[in-house]
Amino acid sequence: MRIIGLAGRRLAASIPTLFLILIGVFLLLQLAPGDTVDALMAQMGGGDAATAHELRKFYGLDLSVPAQLANYLWHLVRLDLGFSSIYGKPVATVIMERLPPTILLMTASLSFAFFFGLVFGVIASRAVNKWPDTLISTLGLIFYATPSFWFGLMAIVAFSIYLQWLPAGGFEDIGEVRTGIFRIIDIARHLILPTLTLGLIFLAIYLRIMRASMLEVLNLDYVRTARAKGLDETRVVTQHVLRNALLPMVTLIGLQAGTMLGGSVVVESVFSLPGLGRLAYESVIQRDLNTLLGIVFVSALLVIVVNFVVDLLYARLDPRISAEG
Amino acid sequence: MDLSRLEINRRTALLTSAAIAANVINPMRAFAQETPKKGGVFNVHYGAEQRQLNPSIQASTGVYIISGKIQESLVDLDADGKPVGVLAESWESSPDGKTITFKLRKGITWHDGKPFTSEDVAFTAMNMWKKILNYGSTLQLFLTAVDTPDPQTAVFRYERPMPLNLLLRALPDLGYISAKHLYENGDIRQNPVNLAPVGTGPFKFVKYERGQYIIADRNPDYWRPNAPYLDRIVWKVITDRSAAAAQLEAGELQYCPFSSLTISDMARLGKDKRFIVTTKGNEGNARTNTIEFNFRRKELSDIRVRRAIAHAIDVPFFIDNFLGDFAKLGTGPIPSTSTDFYPGTGTPQYPFDKAKAAALLDEAGYKAGAGGARFSLKLLPAPWGEDISLWSTFIQQSLKDVGITVDIVRNDGGGFLKQVYDEHAFDLATGWHQYRNDPAVSTTVWYRSGQPSGAPWTNQWGWEDKQVDQTIDNALTELDPAKRKALYAEFVKEVNTELPVWMPIEQIFVTVITAKVRNHSNTPRWGSSSWHDLWLSA
Repeated sequence: MRIIGLAGRRLAASIPTLFLILIGVFLLLQLAPGDTVDALMAQMGGGDAATAHELRKFYGLDLSVPAQLANYLWHLVRLDLGFSSIYGKPVATVIMERLPPTILLMTASLSFAFFFGLVFGVIASRAVNKWPDTLISTLGLIFYATPSFWFGLMAIVAFSIYLQWLPAGGFEDIGEVRTGIFRIIDIARHLILPTLTLGLIFLAIYLRIMRASMLEVLNLDYVRTARAKGLDETRVVTQHVLRNALLPMVTLIGLQAGTMLGGSVVVESVFSLPGLGRLAYESVIQRDLNTLLGIVFVSALLVIVVNFVVDLLYARLDPRISAEG
Repeated sequence: MDLSRLEINRRTALLTSAAIAANVINPMRAFAQETPKKGGVFNVHYGAEQRQLNPSIQASTGVYIISGKIQESLVDLDADGKPVGVLAESWESSPDGKTITFKLRKGITWHDGKPFTSEDVAFTAMNMWKKILNYGSTLQLFLTAVDTPDPQTAVFRYERPMPLNLLLRALPDLGYISAKHLYENGDIRQNPVNLAPVGTGPFKFVKYERGQYIIADRNPDYWRPNAPYLDRIVWKVITDRSAAAAQLEAGELQYCPFSSLTISDMARLGKDKRFIVTTKGNEGNARTNTIEFNFRRKELSDIRVRRAIAHAIDVPFFIDNFLGDFAKLGTGPIPSTSTDFYPGTGTPQYPFDKAKAAALLDEAGYKAGAGGARFSLKLLPAPWGEDISLWSTFIQQSLKDVGITVDIVRNDGGGFLKQVYDEHAFDLATGWHQYRNDPAVSTTVWYRSGQPSGAPWTNQWGWEDKQVDQTIDNALTELDPAKRKALYAEFVKEVNTELPVWMPIEQIFVTVITAKVRNHSNTPRWGSSSWHDLWLSA
């Protein structure tokens, strides 16, 4: 019950922020030259002025900007995200269709980055300045410095074109209809390369953070006490050091959940995944205001939720930090 | 200009062009000894999703590439580019050109089993082509009624004479028929059938998963005997060009239409035996690169300045080094692929001549100041195609050599159209002019005065010429094909003299397709056509 109360208070506190973000994005997009009808004309390859006028009326663009904004907000307070002009469906439906691949990709690559970041970070810190540390740090630097689109394309060239082990793109195989476990395996196969591509960059960051944080904690007095008690090294690391060293990592997850949502545009494009990042990009190009605002709204909600969970985790990892604080 | 980099470019271009030339011959190879095989799935690259798929209300290749297999037009173009009946069997025009009668094919049914009749034609023409379809609304402006004396006859009545050869060349793109019984109730634009098209064509719509794929299956009741051969067509949505090339190589795609890959990937795949890279089959989708002048700028309203700009740019050099075999020197708004209207090279041309350009600018009163600079211009390149981006940089560097400083301002699609064709916030603009088989469809609007602002790809230059307007109007209602051709030759001569828009490069879209496919690229608008005879060899 306490948690629900806390969650409610958190959400209430973020509502003003949410509205400010939405109004900001709305006004920002008004500054971009052209509207959704211009974008449609560009796509159609032309049309006359009468058609354009008719279409503006059809999309409700003949109203003034404040009237459009008021209209939008009035719909939003009734939890109606409006109608998407590129998809011709309610924005909520469009986003719900795109959300699963995005969340799947995000969770998979965050877990991948978190897990391997942790493992390699610990290994590197246990062998500081010896060859495993140097090797891991160098590889981390290379992953971090490589642009993800290039990495993705090279992965396709290697694993799909030459080795033909994995599919080159898409979310699932269209040729055959699969159900149950076979469908899950198929989707997993399609997500291996995108997850690696997106995860490797974050892996590098996690690895560095974990290494530094381990080194710091290892030098604290209570670790010396633990060793003095005669605990073996594995127990010292897993039971005493790791838990405290994890705090900065958890902070990072909260911060990066947002980045992952937006940062996957490139990966989604390269691997032709139907995710939220590509939808947002398309909405900007097509000037589909409702869809873009809907995505901003949903992403903001997601980030709020993730950060809330992170706060709870903090309290769990380090009881000195109370969830109330 | 960085010459060392250009040299490398030039060498690669020459090496690849030989390879492409060898491959271009490929599609014409005779496959007469092979017997067509039924079956197979054909995977097509779909780069940019559209908002809807009905070709009766939206004329664009992004719609035809899909619905051109599902819905059919009254006529199409045959291998020689001549109109050939599809849903229409025959046609004739009254001597005054105001009545055009189409006899329709018998025994055709829609995919939902209802019969196709002249009622469908009349409904589509009056409610979709005339009211909603881009370019259709202009073409059918003077259409007053479509009579349906019997289910197999549709009589088009025009207020002013409609040249039969114009209508027949426009209809392959602007003549797709939709089913009356599915559209007669409610708002046509919002009809859900627009995203799940129902037609009379060789393939039946199955499924559209937005952002992922579209599927259409063989129509077993198709009216052409033994057609189609393919079991299924899958269009895969891939927005990244390099990723599409990778999927093609991995065998997950068989066809990348309409120059959907990068220039370097097309050149590379042209050397690969597994693929055919060709412009054949796209002659009906010719385009020219433009330089559009804004006459509201004092300097550009002077014809000597416009001519100087044209003389200052070495177009053959640009084509050789950057576009290779995918482009050729243009001679005006009517491209050489348009055999019915191409006026030849006798119209005024502006070959590269830097000294002449400088002399013209001096004569116009814009003497070179300190550091050789004369004045500066704002250039807006359209965002479609890397060739436009390369071309705008080339313009910038070429004009710098004659003392004109060019600032390039890049926009996305919507922004470009708004700034150029509505707000006129440009000095120079560059993009594509799409030629649609007859100059009256989408070419003369670039020059005819009186276009309301906000209409993209029309005369928004602040330029008006009574003589040109007259020639355009005369050609529009001229019924004699020979006289029409002469009028359009006159038109090209006039606009090449005045130069409100310069169109110095001709391009045809490039097809990249697997070598296993047969009967492809066999008509001038093959990518848009129905693919009823397409088959895959083992």
